[in-house]
Amino acid sequence: MMSLLALFISAIFVNNILLSRFLGCCPFLGVSGKLDTAKGMGVAVIFVTVMASLMTWVAYEFILVPLGLEYLYTLSFILIIAALVQFVEIVLKKIQPKLYKSLGIFLPLITTNCAVLGVAVLNMNEGYSLLQSLVHALGASVGFLLAIILMAGIRERIEANKNIPKCMRGLPIALVTAGLMSIAFMGFIGIIE
Amino acid sequence: MTEIFYPVFIMGGLGLVFGALLAFASVKFFVPVDERQTEIREILPGANCGACGFPGCDGFAEALVEGVSEVSKCAVVSAAIIEEIASILGVSANAEEPKVAFLKCNGSTDKVVQNCTYEGVMDCRQAAVIPGNGPSSCSYGCLGLGTCEVVCPFDAIHIENGLAVVDIEKCVGCGICVEQCPREVLLLIPKSAKVQVDCNSPLKGPDVKKSCSVGCIGCTICVKACPVQAIEMVESVAVIDPYKCTNCGICATKCPVKCISDRRPQELREKIPVA
Repeated sequence: MMSLLALFISAIFVNNILLSRFLGCCPFLGVSGKLDTAKGMGVAVIFVTVMASLMTWVAYEFILVPLGLEYLYTLSFILIIAALVQFVEIVLKKIQPKLYKSLGIFLPLITTNCAVLGVAVLNMNEGYSLLQSLVHALGASVGFLLAIILMAGIRERIEANKNIPKCMRGLPIALVTAGLMSIAFMGFIGIIE
Repeated sequence: MTEIFYPVFIMGGLGLVFGALLAFASVKFFVPVDERQTEIREILPGANCGACGFPGCDGFAEALVEGVSEVSKCAVVSAAIIEEIASILGVSANAEEPKVAFLKCNGSTDKVVQNCTYEGVMDCRQAAVIPGNGPSSCSYGCLGLGTCEVVCPFDAIHIENGLAVVDIEKCVGCGICVEQCPREVLLLIPKSAKVQVDCNSPLKGPDVKKSCSVGCIGCTICVKACPVQAIEMVESVAVIDPYKCTNCGICATKCPVKCISDRRPQELREKIPVA
């Protein structure tokens, strides 16, 4: 139990998917302009990552390993994630139109997101059990939510600051901010053995 | 043989299963979309420029069907398509007058005193910040280095003789050039506004004369001549309000420095009433 908690915490802080593994930087910079959209994106990533981890774990253990096709994992994971996201989008639109309105526009963005694929591949490389995979996926995506919300909060303040030199406005200052956040997150290294 | 057969079979099988699943889901969980939305979406430009303030053309079509937006919000479509959309929606078009970019400067390289031969970066935004303010001696007029030409997505602005010339047939009034112009010498006016002041310099007459032979000297003759009081002086330059202006052309004939241009067809220009 303790080891699962440690895995969860380390996935959020120590091995933050954005700030120490540098996966999923595209939405991190693209969708972090406003706090509301950042929240929506983060929640959508949590949802998709956990679902995708479940599916890819099952597919890996029960289809690829028995047939000795482990080397096809990238291809099959992408296939599974893309189909899953599409499927979820269609079903959500019908069953939960309200939830679709808030998450819907982000789902296609996540289809080929490397954070989602990265978590699935990490689960496989580390040889996690199903439960461990799900906890790791949850932790990593909560870490994504945390990082993107922090970033959006900072960026909203940066936008309001008129003293920034013109050449640094927008993306350049966002990249510098991301780098500084990443250095700050390095401070968590060592809190978990 | 099996080394090839298995992977092909498994991946193909997976793809087939997922494809079937998605096909099934799209039928089973089909959400009826308003037909009109699909129809409107098809005739919209599909550039997803976002000028209407909605997320792309899909969002705009949805907003139209829900009645949250006006047909005329789309800056890019032609009047004919606006009417078509209006007829799909069953409302009257009430089209907003389309706008075009307009250059408030007539100081081509032969009319403005040139300070130097400019050999810097060919970009107005760069030239406007360096000491000396670029090649021309007027620091309010068009720099003519072609930033607007570069940023225009519709190929509607070209530099001729050191001046940005707007092709009003191609211009859709998106305003990108207006935003990028460091001299703020471009502005958007209604397409029907044909009589405008071609000068942006707020300097007093003698100072304008020193650098440009066609700049507004602030003599206020046009203000007095205008029969509908559409012209007013802003600092020392005349500004025509395009919404009050009736395009009669009297001011253009009265202007002593010929800095008011009358862009109407020739035959209309000859019928200017003598005031």
